[in-house]
Amino acid sequence: MKEEADSVRQANTAGTEAVIQIRDLKKSFGAQHVLKNVSLDLIKGENLIVLGKSGSGKSVLIKCIVQLMTADSGSINVLGQEVDKLKSKELAELRKKVGFLFQSGALYDSMTVKENLEFPLKRIKKDLSEKEVREKIMEALQNVGLESALNKMPSQLSGGMRKRIALARTIILDPAIMLYDEPTTGLDPITSQEISALINDIRNKYHTSSLVITHDMPCARAVADRVLILKEGEVYAEGTLEEVQKINDPWIQSFFKD
Amino acid sequence: MKEFKPIMKARDIAAEGSVLLSEKTMAGAEGAKTFFSRAGNMTVFTLQTFKQTFSLPFEFREFLKQCFELGNRSLPLVAITGAIMGLVLTIQSRPILSDFGAEGMLPQMVAVSLIREIGPVITALICAGKIGSGIGAELGSMKVTEQIEAMEVSATNPMKYLVVTRVMAATLMLPVLILFADAMGLLGSWVGVNIKTDLNIVLYFSRAFSAVEFIDFLPAFIKSFFFGAVIGLVGCYKGYTAGRGTESVGIAANSAVVLSSLLIIIVDLIVVQITDILI
Ligand SMILES: Nc1ncnc2c1ncn2[C@@H]1O[C@H](COP(=O)(O)OP(=O)(O)OP(=O)(O)O)[C@@H](O)[C@H]1O
Ligand SMILES: [Mg+2]
Repeated sequence: MKEEADSVRQANTAGTEAVIQIRDLKKSFGAQHVLKNVSLDLIKGENLIVLGKSGSGKSVLIKCIVQLMTADSGSINVLGQEVDKLKSKELAELRKKVGFLFQSGALYDSMTVKENLEFPLKRIKKDLSEKEVREKIMEALQNVGLESALNKMPSQLSGGMRKRIALARTIILDPAIMLYDEPTTGLDPITSQEISALINDIRNKYHTSSLVITHDMPCARAVADRVLILKEGEVYAEGTLEEVQKINDPWIQSFFKD
Repeated sequence: MKEFKPIMKARDIAAEGSVLLSEKTMAGAEGAKTFFSRAGNMTVFTLQTFKQTFSLPFEFREFLKQCFELGNRSLPLVAITGAIMGLVLTIQSRPILSDFGAEGMLPQMVAVSLIREIGPVITALICAGKIGSGIGAELGSMKVTEQIEAMEVSATNPMKYLVVTRVMAATLMLPVLILFADAMGLLGSWVGVNIKTDLNIVLYFSRAFSAVEFIDFLPAFIKSFFFGAVIGLVGCYKGYTAGRGTESVGIAANSAVVLSSLLIIIVDLIVVQITDILI
């Protein structure tokens, strides 16, 4: 199984430049083995969709990438650096290049929407003037269709609006790599389409490489360059959307049934 | 053995903030979570906070905001408790003193007991409830809703931004609150004296302060900084290492109050012992 998966991955990624390279990643919580053996490549400029049942460790996987969690074993290479060997300063520098959309949004409750967007912007891009900061905030809010929410508190927003503000807070930094944890979950189909289009726009405009965790098939279809399916802590299938959809396996097929 | 890992990795925690500590606390929950592992984690946390306090940059705006929040919000509560403490102390002491025919000593006696012991300790315990639970719940809910992690990936060290600012604010604000409570207590006591006799306020204060020497005041003032630090540190530690799920927020707030109250009493005992030996 492992050799097979390795050869599939090598065939898929041959001759390309990987911005994230994960090898034999293992992570368990006590007796619960969440990630047993995960290897993947995120190729420069692609959108990689990660599918998997709820609780299969998708969020754990991307948290390991930015070292919000430390893996038990295996290697994670981001933009040519082994993340677990980085010093705190180097890690902070690397994190500036990686955008992270939290599944829960993780908006700062004690700050307004404007302050939420300013917070990472002013700390990561220190050379921006006040005017540029304001422009970037308005642009990011426009992208998610929520200019009117500028001075609201997160508690005054609906779940979907929070998600979109969280997305705005991440894309405002134009990171080289984006990790989206369920960007469209809980959104109506129209907004969901807009967000999918936005993810594609970001890639086309900034050549961002994105890893997108999603359960939302329309979103997956709209943005996927490649798809990777996790099952029981291992990579179960990997390939382009067409390739994966063609695999004759009832478990995989159940993902694509609408 | 597992739980002691954070101590070996103390250097890393500085940078990585919440993650290691909290993960270890989680891991600890499955096995036997010993007293020593918890005390160890708390010590590491304290050392980290201390280290981060003296490394740049200092989050000055957040610090000022916290000073205002912690100080200002507790002021009415501290004022009322202070005044009542003074009043009650006066009413309670009068019969005993008059038995000895020393009713005239009432201001002196109340002033000494307020300033040396009752003011600092009661105010600190009240603040453990008010400030400690506030910090515990705030950081706990930030932890549960991934806001602390979001801060970490935004190139901000949450230990600096959240913990250092709050611990510093509590450490500096508590002495102020305690002085304020002492003053209110003396006013309350003046009212208490005047229930039975007539003593004008100037005379009252001159009598009260005739008994209070600098050496009475100094240890009490110094220990109030420690009380503040204990409240800030325990609140932050409990919030910062909260588990997953919303019930952890309640647990964090609750255990912050319990542990900081206990530690306040212990710190008081230690300071009183040391002062006793030195003076
Ligand atoms: N900090 C943690 N401590 C203990 N267990 C954890 C922790 N984080 C995640 N887990 C466990 O790891 C497993 C995978 O969690 P994860 O959040 O990655 O799932 P997921 O694939 O993102 O699911 P969903 O699609 O529902 O978001 C779950 O069983 C969860 O209970
Ligand atoms: Mg998830």
